[in-house]
Amino acid sequence: MKKQKMFLRMITASLFRRRSRMLVALLAIAIGATILSGLVTIYYDVPRQMGAQMRNYGANMLFLPASNDDPVTMEDIKEGISKIKKDELIGFTPYRYETVRINEQPIMLAGTDIEATKLTSPYWHIEGEYPTDSTQMLMGKEIAQILDAKTGDSFTVTYSKEVTDLSKEQTDEQAKNADSTLSLSVSGILETGGNEEKYIYTDMSVLNELTGELGGIDLAELSVNTSAEGLKDYLSKTASDKIAPKLVKKVASSEASVLTKLQALVFLVTSVVLALTMVCVATTMTAVVTERRKEIGLRKALGAPNSSIILEFMGEGLLLGGFGGLLGSAMGYAFARYVSMNVFNSSIDFKILLVPVTMAVSVLVTALACILPVRSATDVDPAIVLKGE
Amino acid sequence: MSLLEVKNISKIYGSLKALDNVSLKVEKGDWLAIMGPSGSGKSTMMNIIGAMDKPTLGQVILDGKDISKESSKSLTQIRRDKIGLIFQQFHLVNYLTALENVMVAQYYHSIPDEKEAMEALERVGLADRAKHLPAQLSGGEQQRVCIARALINYPEIILADEPTGNLDEANENMVIDIFRQLHKDGSTLIVVTHDPEVAEVAQKTIVLEHGKVAREVINNEK
Repeated sequence: MKKQKMFLRMITASLFRRRSRMLVALLAIAIGATILSGLVTIYYDVPRQMGAQMRNYGANMLFLPASNDDPVTMEDIKEGISKIKKDELIGFTPYRYETVRINEQPIMLAGTDIEATKLTSPYWHIEGEYPTDSTQMLMGKEIAQILDAKTGDSFTVTYSKEVTDLSKEQTDEQAKNADSTLSLSVSGILETGGNEEKYIYTDMSVLNELTGELGGIDLAELSVNTSAEGLKDYLSKTASDKIAPKLVKKVASSEASVLTKLQALVFLVTSVVLALTMVCVATTMTAVVTERRKEIGLRKALGAPNSSIILEFMGEGLLLGGFGGLLGSAMGYAFARYVSMNVFNSSIDFKILLVPVTMAVSVLVTALACILPVRSATDVDPAIVLKGE
Repeated sequence: MSLLEVKNISKIYGSLKALDNVSLKVEKGDWLAIMGPSGSGKSTMMNIIGAMDKPTLGQVILDGKDISKESSKSLTQIRRDKIGLIFQQFHLVNYLTALENVMVAQYYHSIPDEKEAMEALERVGLADRAKHLPAQLSGGEQQRVCIARALINYPEIILADEPTGNLDEANENMVIDIFRQLHKDGSTLIVVTHDPEVAEVAQKTIVLEHGKVAREVINNEK
């Protein structure tokens, strides 16, 4: 039998036939590895998860007309959108604003894609329902208060075409002729706590019908799931002579800030857990060495050099580290998955590369933790240990 | 030249002289018993002869080499190559089988050989218990595993410390029979014991008292 085979036989026997003893050490390592593997998984998945979470706070990019004199069409918007990776684009919503009158009150009407607002403005709280057809509108809470409107109420919405270069009499006459009206019912009251409450919203086609023309797009909101660098990159890629893209700084910068803080926290927790694991393993190994002083003494009495004693204890420690790391990888994935499901409400990918990395770190941590106890093992005096009296 | 020559050794701990100017000679194939009451210096003597300790004064010449000034690394090598140890408390590794316990000695000495280790167990009548853990063996069986482990590397000296101290009469007789056989085969035996019955089967008995050789007895085996 080769010496290496006997070496393996001894250390595996020590681990498996002393299960109850070694279980404590294995658990310490496995728990450390679990936290390490779990947190690293989360650490790398956080940008994706956070990005998706941040999208709930609304659009992080805007398309504005590059020039006031040159209206932006949907084709121009789509041209810009095509520069953004499909899997990163959560959604985009075009807005066209026109002033209308309801009960002679001037009110801003936004023609938009109602379905798309659900993607770019998921935080909208609607009391009632989104408009489902061309006879309905969504009314901002502030406007609803001014008009004393409730869900289900109908209003006549009047749009006056702009009339210029005419005398006053002509203007009044022309203006009357230029007015167009639509009767729209309130499908829901929009509550956001922001400026959105100062508008009424209809489908773009309703506004076009009311104004009798396809007007230019005043604004498009985009929700893009990418990093701060990715967003900056899209700024330059989507810019054209028609479109001036801009970032919603409040969202983009808070996203980066939260991400940095969260990653720093995960890093800190991982470091502390690793240090605690090391202390725990070192304590356990010290206990193991103390408990096995007689055995060490016996081995030395049989002629074991210190190097063999070190190798055997290190071998046990490293094997424990490897097993603990393997166990921790599996438990870490389960832990990361649990956290991801409960915090971010989404699943997480199993990163196979993390298994060897966790095992290597566990082995390294165990080796470091074993150094002092194993060194103390070599100090055992066989004569004192074997004294039968 | 004697296999082992102890020349005027003393072991002093502070003001206590555990051994005081002790000398003895052991020839190859001898069977020596060392007797004495507790505190007489038997264990100190065993540790020094077994290369586990060094005398404060004097020389220990083993196989022509003075080992009294050797480094602990050299003493480890001497124990590995020349000494076979048998303990009162057996000192088997509790998570290794009987066979593996014998092979541990081979592992440190040279190359583990399962067949040879099994032959050593057969020699002490334990071939059928080879796969058992120490906890599954009786005291006598554990002692016989300990003897097989001591024999496996063909040591110059087999050093036994109270080998029958924890055994009943039947097992004591079994161990003595094994020693007789080893002596017959030419092994050199040094047995430290309290038990006069164990001592008197040796060729010679040295009695220690207060760290000194009180007397030497040449035994005529019955």
